[in-house]
Amino acid sequence: MSDITKQSLSQLVENIKSKKLSSSEVTKAFVERSEKSKELNTYITEDYANALNKAKKFDEKPNLDLKLPGIPMAVKDLFCTKDIRTTAGSKILNNFIPTYESTVTQNIWNEGAILMGKLNCDEFAMGSSNETSFFGNVQNPINKNLVPGGSSGGSSSAVAAQLTPITIGTDTGGSIRQPASFTGTVGLKPTYGSCSRYGIVAFASSLDQAGPMAQNVKDCALLQEVISTYDEKDSTSIDFKRNEYSKELTKKIKGKKIGIPKEYRVDGMPKEIEDLWKKGIEYAKDCGAEIIDISLPHTNYALPTYYIVAPAEASSNLARYDGVKYGFRAEGENLIDMYEKTRSEGFGAEVQRRIMIGTYVLSSGYYDAYYLKAQKVRKLIKNDFDQAYKKVDAILTPSTPSSAFKIGEKTNDPVSMYLNDIFTVPVNLAGLPGISIPAGHDAKGYPLGLQIIGKAFDEQNILNIAYAMEEKINFKNNITDWWIK
Amino acid sequence: MSKNKSEYLINRHDNQYEVVIGLEVHAQVTSESKLFSTSATKFGAEPNTQVSLVDAAFPGMLPVINEYCVKQAIKTGIGLKAKINKRSVFDRKNYFYADLPQGYQISQFKDPIVGEGKVILDMPDGQKEVGIERLHLEQDAGKSIHDLDPKNTFVDLNRSGVALMEIVSKPDLRSPDEVNAYIKKLRSIMRYLGTCDGNMQEGSLRADVNVSVRKKGSKEFGTRCEIKNVNSIKFMQMAIEYEANRQVDLIEDGQTIDQETRLFDTKKNETRSMRSKEDAHDYRYFPDPDLLPLVVSDDFIENLKSEIPELPDEKKKRFIEKFKLSPYEANILVSDIETSNYFENVIKKSDVKLATNWIIGELFAALNEKNLEITESPISAGNLSKLINLIKDGTISGKIAKTVFEQMMEGDKDPQKIVEEKGLKQESDPKALETLIDKVIDDNRDKATEYKSGKVKLFGFFVGQVMKVSGGKANPQLVNEILKKKL
Repeated sequence: MSDITKQSLSQLVENIKSKKLSSSEVTKAFVERSEKSKELNTYITEDYANALNKAKKFDEKPNLDLKLPGIPMAVKDLFCTKDIRTTAGSKILNNFIPTYESTVTQNIWNEGAILMGKLNCDEFAMGSSNETSFFGNVQNPINKNLVPGGSSGGSSSAVAAQLTPITIGTDTGGSIRQPASFTGTVGLKPTYGSCSRYGIVAFASSLDQAGPMAQNVKDCALLQEVISTYDEKDSTSIDFKRNEYSKELTKKIKGKKIGIPKEYRVDGMPKEIEDLWKKGIEYAKDCGAEIIDISLPHTNYALPTYYIVAPAEASSNLARYDGVKYGFRAEGENLIDMYEKTRSEGFGAEVQRRIMIGTYVLSSGYYDAYYLKAQKVRKLIKNDFDQAYKKVDAILTPSTPSSAFKIGEKTNDPVSMYLNDIFTVPVNLAGLPGISIPAGHDAKGYPLGLQIIGKAFDEQNILNIAYAMEEKINFKNNITDWWIK
Repeated sequence: MSKNKSEYLINRHDNQYEVVIGLEVHAQVTSESKLFSTSATKFGAEPNTQVSLVDAAFPGMLPVINEYCVKQAIKTGIGLKAKINKRSVFDRKNYFYADLPQGYQISQFKDPIVGEGKVILDMPDGQKEVGIERLHLEQDAGKSIHDLDPKNTFVDLNRSGVALMEIVSKPDLRSPDEVNAYIKKLRSIMRYLGTCDGNMQEGSLRADVNVSVRKKGSKEFGTRCEIKNVNSIKFMQMAIEYEANRQVDLIEDGQTIDQETRLFDTKKNETRSMRSKEDAHDYRYFPDPDLLPLVVSDDFIENLKSEIPELPDEKKKRFIEKFKLSPYEANILVSDIETSNYFENVIKKSDVKLATNWIIGELFAALNEKNLEITESPISAGNLSKLINLIKDGTISGKIAKTVFEQMMEGDKDPQKIVEEKGLKQESDPKALETLIDKVIDDNRDKATEYKSGKVKLFGFFVGQVMKVSGGKANPQLVNEILKKKL
């Protein structure tokens, strides 16, 4: 079956359950395609032989009651995987092999899925183009020399290029939704506390959240249902009633109130984005939703707030990479010298920049002016959403202020790079769920995404809205397999 | 040194200086597992055998608060008559060191779990109240071992993540003696509560000592120096004495005192500058985003209150009122939970006054000589109680009791059996004593005659002779009575 890799997750699950396909056949197809796609540089670590073995074992004694029976899957290299190297895209963890498994990936394996390998990402998830990875750029399958977005760039590229039927990423300021938007795929950032952070290499603890990345909304819902569990090992995990999102998925969204925040019409926003948004509003109306203009007055402050809170937490979270216990170590004259050399050589420029920003904003004398003030603004941003949700059920915005850009285009301009996250960052600051769905193309033919933001723990609602809109939009990704010789 | 016996002042020329001391005590929480992980906390285990992935700060590992440690901290707060904060926050204290795997210590900075409280000290000239500023929970660091290799430092992470309570006093202490009393009282309270074993040799109790001096009568505090990590009361006292005198010398010399952190060199008996205020670490405290604020309910606190045993101050009061002990005796008996338990077990079935004397006198002396704790006493409370009853009912004399006691110290033997086996029972039969006395008078006719002619001093001689002939077993009171009649 040559078209195995073109099938959606839901189709593959169905075909395996009905024994039309074996796990081995499916796994082999994705492994073969992955092997032909090295030019995309999506994988940091491949585990194909093990994957094929596991598939064979699965087929010998298939448990077809599972939600992901024998489904092969590559995951972002930020999730610790037992006995498989986990690098977080960094030289400092180049040789690190965990003895433990993250809760999210464990949930996936428990439902019968099989690990194919670890996907490229920005170093410690810090980046919007996958260009900060120690393991090199990732190509966007949409076009050569186009970034796949970031930080989950390996994940978005792999899903769009059909190297894995589905994957997981992490999203601290947009790292699932922005790459999904850049690659014409679907990405969900769940409510903070929905998916356990246990075993995920931390970037900014109060913002980090794992989520599914898929080719369509239904697949996304299915994976969300698998990965979202309450976990005592994560003190910020929240024990709430989780839906069977894929089973409860419906396109009936008639009467749903969808808010359009005026503050998201940012200065200099390309007309294409403006038009996409307008189109999105029409699609939503077509689905029977009611459109309501709303205001999120502190939106302007979200990006600066994010670039204080996230680096502050990161500067502390990354202190453990000191060359003492595991990972890369540079030799030094003494302890301090060893620290300095290890961290100078082990971390890339963007990570060092954020550690410095974070250290600065937490320093005595600056703490009140930066970190404390940012925390106050963060509360105001959350209040904005709380107010808005008194009037609406969900909020519709563009996912990104532009389509995918060229590799190298913004590497020397960090602020312009940071601006990529302008529409996604407020969602993380408020701890809300947000989903990006592909909704159109720009003049160059590159995909553009729309973001639907929900109330806390209301993943079902935004999945439903996305599901309904997806049908109306009827987006087709234009992948030419240009990288396959 | 000072006019008033209890006042500790330093005299230089015409000036008298008062010493102001505040302590930050680090008390290891008695708990099977660490503050944020399930690793064991046993002292003296092989290096790096009690280390979890969380303690070693592996990527993606997260702290989860140990509820038992929270309970222990709140109980300690209750014991210090302190305000329990229903909402407290864990912060990260950031600094780099090889034995600090996370690169930060999880501690409590702005919102500690316990607020203001107090400790009452019994000083020779009366009671003194010392204010408690706060108590907070924090992680201990690992241990760096520098002397095993000329080039390398070894790191043992067994201690990494162990729960500590930092108990900060107000600057209310004024002398090394008060520091001694304060530490002992704090230790006593925590041992009563079972929240810290107070073992200073094992490092379960250590302190940073803040010392400043000021001219007597001055209301302003002087510039303080902090002496880090002193791990015995004796060293604390020595360090304070040295440091206070050093500061007085500087002032007398017209110099100023730099606010700094100092180390106490136990070999040279001096404090040395470790780092100045300018070099002080910027710890970049901020709330730990991996942990939610710690919120406890009124019920939670009330339940813990109901588990609080009678504490030394209350016990002392009860001993004085109920058993008519002197404050001195009561202080000694309540100072340690094990001693007070022993005492209360002995007096369950025997005379309080005798028990008090025997425990504070003979038992303490004997234990001291053998360097034993009360928990290691060869004589059980039950057997000491029996011994006291043998004295009380006249079966043996106090003198014989001491012989029996010595034999009991060799192993926990029943005093009744010792008395029977060795025939030490007191002779209290008047007839038998009369026969004995008649014989002694017969044998010493000349002395008896002298006595009768007025040499009354010889009475003691006759008593001695009777006791000697009886092998010490004659009831001394009866011997006196009968002798008086016979002579």
